[in-house]
Amino acid sequence: MTDKEAVQPAETRLKALLLRGLDGDAAAYHDFLDDLSGHLRAFLRRRLYRFQEEVEDLVQEILIAVHNGRHTYRPEQPLTAWVHAIARYKLADFLRGRMRHEALNEPLDEQAGLFAATDGDAAEARRDVGKLLEQLPDKQRLPILHVKLQGLSVAETARVTGLSESAVKVGVHRGLKVLAARIRGKI
Amino acid sequence: MKTQDMVALLAAGVEPVDRRALGRRFGWALLAGGGGALILMLLSVGLRPDLDAVLAQPIFWAKMAFPLLLAAAALPAAARLSRPGVPVRGRGWATLAAPVLIVWAAAAVVLLAAPDGERLRLLMGSTWRRCPLVIAFLSVPGFLAVMWAIRGLATTRPRLAGAIGGLLAGAVATVAYCLHCPEMEVPFWAVWYLLGMLLPAGLGALLGPRLLRW
Repeated sequence: MTDKEAVQPAETRLKALLLRGLDGDAAAYHDFLDDLSGHLRAFLRRRLYRFQEEVEDLVQEILIAVHNGRHTYRPEQPLTAWVHAIARYKLADFLRGRMRHEALNEPLDEQAGLFAATDGDAAEARRDVGKLLEQLPDKQRLPILHVKLQGLSVAETARVTGLSESAVKVGVHRGLKVLAARIRGKI
Repeated sequence: MKTQDMVALLAAGVEPVDRRALGRRFGWALLAGGGGALILMLLSVGLRPDLDAVLAQPIFWAKMAFPLLLAAAALPAAARLSRPGVPVRGRGWATLAAPVLIVWAAAAVVLLAAPDGERLRLLMGSTWRRCPLVIAFLSVPGFLAVMWAIRGLATTRPRLAGAIGGLLAGAVATVAYCLHCPEMEVPFWAVWYLLGMLLPAGLGALLGPRLLRW
């Protein structure tokens, strides 16, 4: 199968899942992120051969970026182009930090490669996002803990924490942004 | 944390996403930028005293059209740059360049037609020293508001997005400045208005990578 043939079904499938996710379908969104992490892993393994042990960290970082930026996706845009731009941005950021004075060996430009392969074999991430989560301030950490990790609803979380419902939503949203910033700081 | 766990964490309890976030953010930014520039203009340099009379002159509207067209071109460009994988295409750049090229061409015609001793006055007017600085000053609220708008989206070209965002703020500020500015000669706007708008654009290019990183 050529790259192009492999890419089209992945594009269609992932896009359908993401669009349902954007409408609030958590199961579809979960499948989207899960599938996407496989594609990202394969994409990064091919490009980061000198930093294989950091592939998983970067997969996680890109997943958070995709999540935090998901409101900028529009259905008329090819999903490949959107995800590729984010992955490339995060990869460039990572490489800038790692090899300030070395030239980039591999072009980052072929979008088509992104959905061409998938790799489900997750290595252990070196950075522990769980630890970073624990360091967030309570008004962000608690909403994330209850809503995201324990699966409580926003209303239940509001009751447990004493925060208002909108504070819970804002806490989750801001917390994930701060988390992304902390992760960036670690690299 | 394993990637699987992170996927579960991100997907848990997701709410429907507001698809109009981009339009709303830029809407607020324009409102804050335009309103802020107008207020700063009224408080600092004030309206030109003969504004009533000038409103009837076509050349005044030609002057207003210059920053208005630039703002109208910078807005969609900034919006595109705020979304991953949506580059500004040739037509977008052309609509940004067109107002500048038209004003330059008109300025060249005016300068060529003018008698020798007049040219310097047409170019420098009487306010060239402060014009770009006042425009840059008036663009401060718009600059902050536009950067806020872009920051809440997801630009993957922070330097370019910063520059175009700064240009947008500068163009909006220049519209407000037109209500004050006494200069009515095309060569003057072709140089000093443009310079005034390029100051926030340059600042945006300089600060973009830091301000707009995510």
